[in-house]
Amino acid sequence: MNMSRSLLLPVLATVLLSAAPARAEDESPGTPNGPVALPPELAALPVEVAILTAPPHVPPAITRTSPARVVVNLEVREVVGKLAEGVDYTFWTFGGTVPGSFIRVREGDLVEFHLNNHPSSKLPHNIDLHAVTGPGGGAASAFTAPGHSSQFTFQALNPGLFVYHCATTPVPMHIGSGMYGMILVEPKDGFPPVDREYYVMQGEFYTTGRYGEEGLQSFDMAKAIDERPPYVVFNGAVGSLVGDKALAAKVGETVRIYFGNGGPNLVSSFHVIGEIFERIYPEAGTALMQQNVQTTLVPSGGATIVEFTVKVPGTFVLVDHSITRAFNKGALGMLKVNGPRNRAIYSGKEIDAVYLGAQADAGSESAKREAELKDQLAAEIKANPAIAGLTKEAQIEKGKQVYMGLCFACHQPDGKGLPGAFPPLAGSEFLLADRERAIRIVLKGLSGPVTVTGKTFNSAMPPQEAVLTDAQIANALTFVSNSWGNKGDAFTAEQVKAIRDEVR
Amino acid sequence: MIARSLSVLLSLLAVSGAEARGASSVGAGAAAPAGMVRIPDGVYLPLFRTVKDPSRTPVPAFYLDERPVTNAEFLAFVTGTEKWRRSRVSPLFADASYLDTWKDDLNPGPGAPPDAPVVCVSWFAARAYARWVGKRLPSTAEWELAAGAGYTRADGKNDERFQLDLYAWLAHPVPAVQPAVALTRPNFYGVRDLSGLVFEWVDDFNTAMVTGESRADSGLERNLFCGAGSAGAKDTSDYAAFMRMALRSSLRANNTTLSLGFRCARDEAR
Repeated sequence: MNMSRSLLLPVLATVLLSAAPARAEDESPGTPNGPVALPPELAALPVEVAILTAPPHVPPAITRTSPARVVVNLEVREVVGKLAEGVDYTFWTFGGTVPGSFIRVREGDLVEFHLNNHPSSKLPHNIDLHAVTGPGGGAASAFTAPGHSSQFTFQALNPGLFVYHCATTPVPMHIGSGMYGMILVEPKDGFPPVDREYYVMQGEFYTTGRYGEEGLQSFDMAKAIDERPPYVVFNGAVGSLVGDKALAAKVGETVRIYFGNGGPNLVSSFHVIGEIFERIYPEAGTALMQQNVQTTLVPSGGATIVEFTVKVPGTFVLVDHSITRAFNKGALGMLKVNGPRNRAIYSGKEIDAVYLGAQADAGSESAKREAELKDQLAAEIKANPAIAGLTKEAQIEKGKQVYMGLCFACHQPDGKGLPGAFPPLAGSEFLLADRERAIRIVLKGLSGPVTVTGKTFNSAMPPQEAVLTDAQIANALTFVSNSWGNKGDAFTAEQVKAIRDEVR
Repeated sequence: MIARSLSVLLSLLAVSGAEARGASSVGAGAAAPAGMVRIPDGVYLPLFRTVKDPSRTPVPAFYLDERPVTNAEFLAFVTGTEKWRRSRVSPLFADASYLDTWKDDLNPGPGAPPDAPVVCVSWFAARAYARWVGKRLPSTAEWELAAGAGYTRADGKNDERFQLDLYAWLAHPVPAVQPAVALTRPNFYGVRDLSGLVFEWVDDFNTAMVTGESRADSGLERNLFCGAGSAGAKDTSDYAAFMRMALRSSLRANNTTLSLGFRCARDEAR
């Protein structure tokens, strides 16, 4: 009896307490609810800690062939670093680098994610992983004050290369201060092995100062809204992949680049100068492989996977082919390939010779020759009666136009003139006797008595120097001296000009 | 038994007396209390609101501390009240980083100079201090109204110098040792350090996204991130206001951080 009574109270207490209705779980994804109760097959998964790497390196390929629970410990730190020579910026980082640490898991893994915001941080941060299926991509569940840590768990249901970034308001400023990185969810069968894998991510920085302006720069919201960044860089700084920090490979190796674009705004036209993307997964999708692409679009908040075999040595330049970004804003990196040359694939410069071009200077050999030939041609034309005749014929026709438009008024269409008024041209010895005199008369006119064909005329012929050009006068005189029975040489415009200059 | 009750009563009186000791004197209608500035009547336009919230909140005139509470002042407080000392405080009221920059319970040490703002204090601790000196914490509306003033006008939006200084401060990381208070330029109202020094607790920090009960609020998702974070916002280019609002949203009442301090306010009419 005693024993049952002493047991009764604790039993009763237990029953009463457990009968109290359980408090409804808070629906908001931001309120911690304690570790999730997993179904047995997930709870039994082997646990491993993710290897996180700093850019441009990636963790080794996953060799296991079954899922695991992967624990990711990612630290957020606000650090002052170098954006360009002499230019500092307070980067907000995942893992201390821009872009943040590279995370590598396998399709089907259970990812237990710990986001740790260092106590020295000024601001709260969170994370949106594009690999997550869930509100905010995790952002709602990872909102973390400085000096605190958040945990949430997700299943990596879909394979692919995914961007992650901070999604705390104001989002453009968080992303624009370097808070982006990538998580690779390997497909179940993995990717084919390659010799080199690299991690490169493009991003813009919107600084109050111009490109290259020295000192600690601050974020410029107006430039961000207008999408006018002074800096567009790879891996968080101008020159991050240049010189002794260049990517490396040897002739004959296959190279795979996991290339992402953190934005926050611009789309990238990714290209490697001197190489072709022999295999590419556009937008880092896993189903479709394209081949032999020169330049590929990488959306803001997106990625691509490119592969190629390097066949000749040299420096191959990674760029955003929106080319002022590469040359004026920093979107330029290098892949240095060492090894034996193969001049059959790429010969290098073979010959350097002089090229004069079509427009040679006057006085050069060819110009002299050209002038000589021209003179020869002119002489031949003149010498050849047929050609000369043709030219004269053309002049007579043109001269007729002039005559019948002007001179005929006095000298009549038949060249006979008007008796007692205007002298004839037909059969005029006066005309044909002195060629220079003829030109002079047409230019300057003539007044006073003149005897033509035995008759005297005394009128005034008006000057034509202001009315007719040298060519017209030459043509007209050629006409009159070869019409109505007249026969004479052609007059040239040069001859007329010489007289015109004389009598000016 | 009676003796025990009496001693308890006496100690209670002693504590309340100590709490009242720090109060500064002010007569009704007199000049602002020492170290405080009068902020005149104004209107606060909340950064975030649901369709049910008013778009403008009238803020009656009040007094605001000219600058944040210092290590020296907080030292006086913890000297007078045992339960707020670092080694004594309940984890319910302050987390493990409470007064982390201080060397000891009653010794701030070189990491916390006497004239520097006190940081690593929780909302509970800030409120307790405010009560101890006969004041209170400012509300979000009051704090933002005062902080929105530029150097030369009540609306700092178009005060270029003010905007530049504000964003330059935001670009800098948290210093290892905070500098002294009251070194920044006073704003239009004569208040200093509302930007340029530390973030500050407000009385209603946990309504940073909504007014009223957030779970019952159907108009606004409690935690809006990424693109949704700009939906419903008054001015998406005022990103300093976004940052303050984000910080307030991330905190719980017992949280402490290295860049978060506080200052006090008081009603005008008493």
